[in-house]
Amino acid sequence: MARRVSVQTRIGFTVLAWVIALLLFSPILWTLLTAFKTEAEAIASRPTFFPQNFTLENFGAVQERSDYFKHAINSILVSFGSTILGLIIGIPAAWSMAFAPSKRTKDILMWMLSTKMMPAVGVLIPIYLIFRDLRLLDTVHGLTLIMTLINLPIIIWMLYTYFKEIPVDILEAARMDGAELWNEITHVLVPMAVPGIASTLLLNVILAWNEAFWTITLTSGRAGTLTAFISSFSSPQGLFLAKLSAASLLAIAPILLVGWFSQKQLVRGLTFGAVK
Amino acid sequence: MGSITLEHVNKSFGEVEIIPDISLDIEDGEFVVFVGPSGCGKSTLLRLIAGLEDTTSGKILLDGQDVTDAPPARRGLAMVFQSYALYPHMSVRDNIAFPLKMAKMPQAEIDKKVDYAARTLNLGSYLDRRPRALSGGQRQRVAIGRAIVREPKAFLFDEPLSNLDAALRVNMRLEITELHQQLKTTMIYVTHDQVEAMTMADRIVVLNAGNVEQFGSPLDLYKKPANRFVAGFIGSPKMNFVDGPEAAKHNAHSIGVRPEHFKLSTTEGAWKGTVGVAEQLGSDTFLHVQTDGLGLMTIRTDGDQTFSHGDVVYLTPDPTRIYKFDAAGKAL
Repeated sequence: MARRVSVQTRIGFTVLAWVIALLLFSPILWTLLTAFKTEAEAIASRPTFFPQNFTLENFGAVQERSDYFKHAINSILVSFGSTILGLIIGIPAAWSMAFAPSKRTKDILMWMLSTKMMPAVGVLIPIYLIFRDLRLLDTVHGLTLIMTLINLPIIIWMLYTYFKEIPVDILEAARMDGAELWNEITHVLVPMAVPGIASTLLLNVILAWNEAFWTITLTSGRAGTLTAFISSFSSPQGLFLAKLSAASLLAIAPILLVGWFSQKQLVRGLTFGAVK
Repeated sequence: MGSITLEHVNKSFGEVEIIPDISLDIEDGEFVVFVGPSGCGKSTLLRLIAGLEDTTSGKILLDGQDVTDAPPARRGLAMVFQSYALYPHMSVRDNIAFPLKMAKMPQAEIDKKVDYAARTLNLGSYLDRRPRALSGGQRQRVAIGRAIVREPKAFLFDEPLSNLDAALRVNMRLEITELHQQLKTTMIYVTHDQVEAMTMADRIVVLNAGNVEQFGSPLDLYKKPANRFVAGFIGSPKMNFVDGPEAAKHNAHSIGVRPEHFKLSTTEGAWKGTVGVAEQLGSDTFLHVQTDGLGLMTIRTDGDQTFSHGDVVYLTPDPTRIYKFDAAGKAL
């Protein structure tokens, strides 16, 4: 028999869900509204909800002061580049851990995860010095490299979890059918893991897109991504709130849209394996 | 050609020795069944031949060539898995064509072979479906189709019928036997079902705890079991065993009598007992008789005789068909 839920309970939960969703959405909504206000209105002591003098001048000012498109292109290069690089390394790594594990595989997985527990600032100085000596400071490829390294543990962990769900019989059947390792991975494993690989790609693009710490410390004008772009609009003095909001909105818009359209894929990816 | 030779093959997983030392000679074109209780190492042995597991020591020869270190893709064998192991993202056609594609065969030739296999296996109308849209029996046929198109040196079957229902199992059993007669290619078939083993095999390898207990034709195993294990494993229902003084009368540590080798009487006989459960199959009736002092025995009698719970019966074993074993279980 199906579980009966009373109308009151259903209304209660619906209201609660809406309240939580609006709370989570409110900073983005506020940013959106502020971006269309004048600087004076943005910091008015009696804040207005809707812009009283609707204006687009903040967007013009932002593009004029620092090149939005250059930063956006850097963001795209770094986030997609690092994720694709990560997948190229991660797919074979996860294959070996899922299907040809050694005695130490579990330990290696845990160790990889543990690197994510360390605060990034802990390795700031060595990484900075290495980047300086290798002339990687403020370069797109340097930033791509560090982003790959940062997200690799997550990529491998996610892929490993997906691959574990694939029956090893099918890979063995491919081997019996004459598939060498490369064909086994490209013709059988990857097509079967497409949903998992897609959600790994999406999540890591988002993570890399939003990464701020390394982007801000390792770049300046040339290789800066949109996170560096936003931070350049925050200053200790002067009027900047509306321009900062406009910059933020421009920076998050692309990824917001990607997230919106791939919501289903993302949720499926993150709960993959929880329910067979 | 497809002769397979194992020379002192040993397989251990860490400390655990699964197969201590096996040597076997399988001739070209033979249908050989590996049979044994679960955990006896029969699947491991098959996987060693396939190349899906590495031997710890010993040699595997295919047509006289050492393939011990060759990967599965280079051995030229085909395998049918218990789980069918079809590629879920490919149509039936692509599933069957996959090994040919891997062999880089021209597309025209692939199409010809796939169509031929599909016709042989009655899969013609399913070629564009995905495996998930097929029934268990159809999936198994696709798996077999995928194996036959590449004309392997030998087929390896790993309990291919255990996921099918009873009626389908009997059908597929016949189809596989028929296929063997058509193709005349070496087949190795792993099962725990001794009926499958008896009905399909040219020769049977009985395995127990990683050792070959006996290797011979089905009737050889039935008539001349090498030891008590084989005697008990081959034949259905199981052979009845008697130890102690009754066995000593026959100068043996234990004796065995098959259920079909008794004379049954309600008035006189060697061993007296009471009928417990009577299983009536129509053609036969299996009586489970509690004998005085010799334990529970299974008797096979024709289906026309009716017995019921509590009837007193007398059993007389056919004196020419009493199997004798020594203390170690070896046949005397």
